[in-house]
Amino acid sequence: MRGCIMAEVVLSGLTKTFGATRALSDVSMTIPDGSFVVLLGPTGAGKTTTLRLIAGLDRPDTGDIAIAGRSVRDDTPAQRDVAMVFQQYSLYPHLTVRDNLAFPLRSPVMNWPEAQIASKINEVASVLRIAHKLDNKATQLSGGEMQRVSIGRALVRNPRIYLMDEPLSSLDAKLRADLRVELKRIHAELGATFLYVTHDQIEAMTMATHVGVLDQGRLVQFGTPREIYENPVSAYVASRLGQPRINLLPAGVFGPAPSGAAQIGLRPEHVAVGEGQSATVRRVEHLGDQTRLHLTLGPHEIITLADPHTTLSPGDSLSIRPDNPLWFDASGNRI
Amino acid sequence: MSAYSATEPSAASKWVAGTLVTLYMVITLLPLAWIISTGFKTGPDSISYPPKVIFSPSIEGYVNLFTDRTRATPEQLATMPPPENFVDEIVQRRGEVITGPSRFGERFLNSVIIGFGSTFLSIFLGTLAAYAFSRFKVPLKDDLLFFILSTRMMPPIAVAIPIFLMYRELGLSDTHLGMILLYTGVNISLAVWLLKGFIDEIPREYEEAALIDGYTRFQAFRKVVLPQAATGIASTAIFCLIFAWNEYAFAVLLTSGTAQTAPPFIPTIIGVGGQDWPAVAAGATLFLLPVMIFTILLRKHLLRGITFGAVRK
Repeated sequence: MRGCIMAEVVLSGLTKTFGATRALSDVSMTIPDGSFVVLLGPTGAGKTTTLRLIAGLDRPDTGDIAIAGRSVRDDTPAQRDVAMVFQQYSLYPHLTVRDNLAFPLRSPVMNWPEAQIASKINEVASVLRIAHKLDNKATQLSGGEMQRVSIGRALVRNPRIYLMDEPLSSLDAKLRADLRVELKRIHAELGATFLYVTHDQIEAMTMATHVGVLDQGRLVQFGTPREIYENPVSAYVASRLGQPRINLLPAGVFGPAPSGAAQIGLRPEHVAVGEGQSATVRRVEHLGDQTRLHLTLGPHEIITLADPHTTLSPGDSLSIRPDNPLWFDASGNRI
Repeated sequence: MSAYSATEPSAASKWVAGTLVTLYMVITLLPLAWIISTGFKTGPDSISYPPKVIFSPSIEGYVNLFTDRTRATPEQLATMPPPENFVDEIVQRRGEVITGPSRFGERFLNSVIIGFGSTFLSIFLGTLAAYAFSRFKVPLKDDLLFFILSTRMMPPIAVAIPIFLMYRELGLSDTHLGMILLYTGVNISLAVWLLKGFIDEIPREYEEAALIDGYTRFQAFRKVVLPQAATGIASTAIFCLIFAWNEYAFAVLLTSGTAQTAPPFIPTIIGVGGQDWPAVAAGATLFLLPVMIFTILLRKHLLRGITFGAVRK
């Protein structure tokens, strides 16, 4: 059993350029053993590049990667003992689902006996609910099934770190919720280390022990999901988490602002209703578990939450004031 | 009249297409049918005018193809024992006796060795080179690829004299190795370019997944890239084989005995008193078979088309 293997992953000063594009700039990060680190950022922020550098598929221009205290800079991907789930599934199209799942276990590095492989495959297939598809060719699956097989191909192993690149992105909502729980369970039970890329804020908030926010190849903040949400270092980080997204308005909209402040950031919980400026309801969105209010305050638009059974309707007015908001300076940094 | 359909062609266009395809088939297959039927004619039938479409089949052509014979006088024939088998009978009926087997067998074997040998070598080297060009940073890659292709920019026969002199100096004239190297040299540019195209189409993610799954790059190449390149390899192999199999000019120039292939040999089959057309046709018919069989064996790969991959694009 693993668990006793220390698998702390330390990235120090990683820089990677592809031609003229700088994909990563001086990224340093410590992924503690047994943690579940989620990387957030828009397309092109360097999330996938980070995974590929750790996996050994690309070499960093500068900087070093250490797994369990030892530099893996010169190790091949096979020697690094990592598993990766690609965003593009990458199932071997000439093999059946069963052979796809067995592929890592049959590698020269693992070389398990066939009986053991078969029982492991059945176990993983039932967790991912693909047992009935084991003898299909990989190309005969739907997108969601391919994605599950590709997760399965990582889960048959007990690597030092699981690298996952948006593994749940093409699943339907229910399966996504189920697999989120499943991955979290695997994380908890195996004590495995995960580095996980997603755009989905629910995944980030529910699964992560740590969140790293990347912006144009730089790591701009690293911390627990709560820290990132409540204490973002910049307007950019603040807008990565939270649904509805944080409202960013000119600092003076609600009266005096701290010196140097250029923007005020209002999450729904920062909007207190009952006194202050008068705003008009433009739209009410009933989402079931929450109700969103689209307000206009002068030329600005504000999205906030209301009581699910609110009686407000478009055209109504209400008074709002900021309650303990976030302030940002002209370059977006937190004040 | 069937209902209008966006995907189903109309009856009229199906008729036109069907007629054109049939016409094309007749035009291309007619010479082939003529050669095959000539192989089963007797000498007089093969040159009769008007040409005979209906004739009584004979294996004289095949007998002549595989034997060397000499004319015998009636007195000589009378002293000979009665024919032991139908082959002797056919020959003796024409007043000839068999002096031994012809060279066709060994020439045919030469064609097989040289044709398949050079095809194997072209595919082996071509696949490795194409993979490297497709996946690795090769210095001066574009120049090298252009250089490789440029060997096909003039007719190979344009370099016949230098190659002839070179082969004579190197002792490669009239050797199997020499012919295999020559045909490989000509085919390899085609192989590299075709295979590079096929390998470029195979997403890198498959190999990357295999690398992470614990395989070395060469193992990933063997277990993941090769099976998916099978279609491309099969079609490239057919092109290479067809060239090497049918090549005539260099075979005439560089081979005379040991390594002579079937194409230069077949036209030299001279019958007793005039060109022996049935034997030539029989040789041509047999000569067609290996490429045909090879193509039929690989047709599954040819028809399957490009693998529909399990990579989300």
